[in-house]
Amino acid sequence: MNVAAISSHADRIGSVSSGNALELRGVTKLFGALAAISDITLTVRSGERRAVLGSNGAGKTTLFNCVTGDFFPTSGTIRLFGEDVTHFPAYERIRRGLRRTYQISLLFGGLTVSDNVYLACRGVSRGRFSLLRTRRTDPLRRRVEELVDAVNLTTASDMLVSELSYGQQRQLEIALALAGAPRLILFDEPAAGLSPTERSELISILTSLPGHIGYVIIEHDMDVALRVAESVTMMHNGRVFKEGTPQEIEDDPEVQALYLGHGGD
Amino acid sequence: MAIADDTHRSITTDRAPSWHERIPAAWWVLGAILLFMPVVANDFILFQVFGWTFILGMIALSLMFLAGYGGMVSLIQMSVAAMAGYMVAIFGTSGIAEISMNLPWWFYLPLAVLIATIFGTLVGALAVRTEGIYTIMITLAIASAFFYFTRQNYGIFNGYTGFNLVVPPQLFGVDWRQPVPFYYLTLGCAVLAYLAVQYVSRSPFGLALQGVRDNPRRMGALGFNVVAHRIAAYAFASVIAAAGGILLVWQNAQIAPGTAGIGAVIDILVIAVIGGIGKPIGAFIGALIYVLLSTFAPDLLMSLGLSGERFNLIIGLGFLALVFWSPDGVLGMWDRYQARRLKRADPLIGGDAP
Repeated sequence: MNVAAISSHADRIGSVSSGNALELRGVTKLFGALAAISDITLTVRSGERRAVLGSNGAGKTTLFNCVTGDFFPTSGTIRLFGEDVTHFPAYERIRRGLRRTYQISLLFGGLTVSDNVYLACRGVSRGRFSLLRTRRTDPLRRRVEELVDAVNLTTASDMLVSELSYGQQRQLEIALALAGAPRLILFDEPAAGLSPTERSELISILTSLPGHIGYVIIEHDMDVALRVAESVTMMHNGRVFKEGTPQEIEDDPEVQALYLGHGGD
Repeated sequence: MAIADDTHRSITTDRAPSWHERIPAAWWVLGAILLFMPVVANDFILFQVFGWTFILGMIALSLMFLAGYGGMVSLIQMSVAAMAGYMVAIFGTSGIAEISMNLPWWFYLPLAVLIATIFGTLVGALAVRTEGIYTIMITLAIASAFFYFTRQNYGIFNGYTGFNLVVPPQLFGVDWRQPVPFYYLTLGCAVLAYLAVQYVSRSPFGLALQGVRDNPRRMGALGFNVVAHRIAAYAFASVIAAAGGILLVWQNAQIAPGTAGIGAVIDILVIAVIGGIGKPIGAFIGALIYVLLSTFAPDLLMSLGLSGERFNLIIGLGFLALVFWSPDGVLGMWDRYQARRLKRADPLIGGDAP
C-alpha cells in the first residue's frame, strides 16, 4: 500500500482546518409525495470520519446526492466548511474540497486509468478549458502517477477503464476522490462487491488517509464501517435515528433490533 | 470508444520516439499521394472531387468533433458554414453590389469566422440543455429556420437568389480559384483542421469533453461545468465549420439558401456516419465516398438506362446498407477487418494454429 503518495500530496494542502466540514440543518428531499429524507440535521467536523448506516431505502444515498448537489433539497440548508452551498451546482462544491465516490462505478470507460485520474485532478485545478496538451513533465501528470500508485493501479495505468476488473474500478473510484485537495469525501458503499483481500486493502487505504481529510462513508458491511469510522449515524425511513461512537451504536438494543434483526441480548 | 487507439501507449520502449517515428508509414504514403496529386489528376478531379471532399470533410469534421468526442449530434454545422459563406459575400465582394461592402479580405475573413462562430455557439447554448434525439430536433429546427430566413430576407441575405461571383482574393499573385491552387488551399485547410481536432482531443479541454460524453454527471462531480464545456465545444466546432463554409462559397462562387437547405444539412450527418463518427479521419472518408457517389453515380445510372437524377437513391441505399452492417461506418469495417486479420495470425487462437 503506497499511502505515502497521498500523504505527501496532502502535506501540500496545508494545516488541518478547524470548525465543521459539513452542516445540514433540516434538510428534506421530496420526490412527489415521498420524502426520501426528512428534516435531517447533521454535523461533521473537519477531519472527522463518520459512517452512515441504515437499511435499503433509509435515504443514505439521497443524503449524499443533496450534499454533492446532484439533487437540490426541497427545504433546509447545507453548509460546507462554513459556507452556505445549498443552491450551488455540483462543480462549485467540488472546487471547495468536497469529493464523492458512487455506489455503482461512474467512470470513463473509453479513457485510460491515468486519463481518468488526470480528469479528476484537472477538474479541481486551473486550465480546464486549455487547448494545449499537458506535457509529461507537468506537475499535474506527476500527481496523477502518485494517485494511481496510491490505489495500487500502477501496472494498469495505461489500460482502458472498460478493461479493468470490478475491484480495480472501485480502487480507481477512490483515486478520483483523492484528486486535488480533498477535505471531505463521501464514500458510497466503497466495499460493495469486493473480495475479502480487496476489502482489507480498502480499509488500509481509508485508515491511512491524512488526518485533515474527513469522510462520510455509507457501508452495509458493519465490520468495514465500524473499523474505519470514529462516529456513526444510523438512518431509518429518511430520518436520523441514532448517533454515537461505533461501540455505542453496536451495543444499542434499538439498533440491534432494527438493523441486525435481533434483540440486544 | 473514440480515442481508444490513441490512448494505448507503449511502456516498454527505451526512449520516446520522435514525432516523425510516431506517424505510421501509411500516413506518409497518403501525404505523398495527396501532395503530388496535381501531377496525375486532371482539373476536374482536383477542383470538383478533391476540393469538394476536403470542404465537406471539414464541415463533417466539425460534426464529428461534437458527436464523436462530445456525444452531441448537431445538425446546425452546415448552417454555420453557410453563415460564414454569407458573411464573406456580404462583407466582401460579390455580384450583388448593392449589398456587398467590398471590405478588404483581412477584415472580412476573420469577421465571417467570428460571426459564424457566435451563431454556432448561441445555437449550442440552446441545444446543450437537451440530450440525444432532442439535440438533433432542436438543431434541425434552427437549421430549417435559418434556411427559410435566408430565403425570405432580401435586405441582408438577398433572398432566394443569394449571392453570385463570390471568389477568393488574389493573394501573392495567385488566382486561388484555379484548380491546382484551390486544391492546395483546401488540402491545407483540411489538414490544419484535422490536426487541430486530433491535437485538441488530447488536450485538457478535449479529454474533459470526452468525459462529458461518457458521463456528464460524474464530470460535474469532478469539478467541471458540463454546460460550459459543451457550449465551448460548439464554439470550437463552429470555427472549423466556418472555415469550410468560406471555402465552399469560393468553390461554388455563389451562395444561396439551398447551400444550407434541409438536404444539405442532413448530407453532413450522412457523410459523418458513413465515414465513422468516432475518429476525425472518418469525416474525410465519408466526404470522399459521398462526393464520388454524387459525381459519378449519375453516369453509372445512365449507363444502366436509368435516370441520372436518381443518384441519391444509390447514396441512400449505400447508407442503409452501411448502418445495417457497420453502424460505426467505413472505419468500423476497417477496424473489424484488422481485428480479424490479427486474430487469424495469432498462433494460439488463429486459423493457422495446428
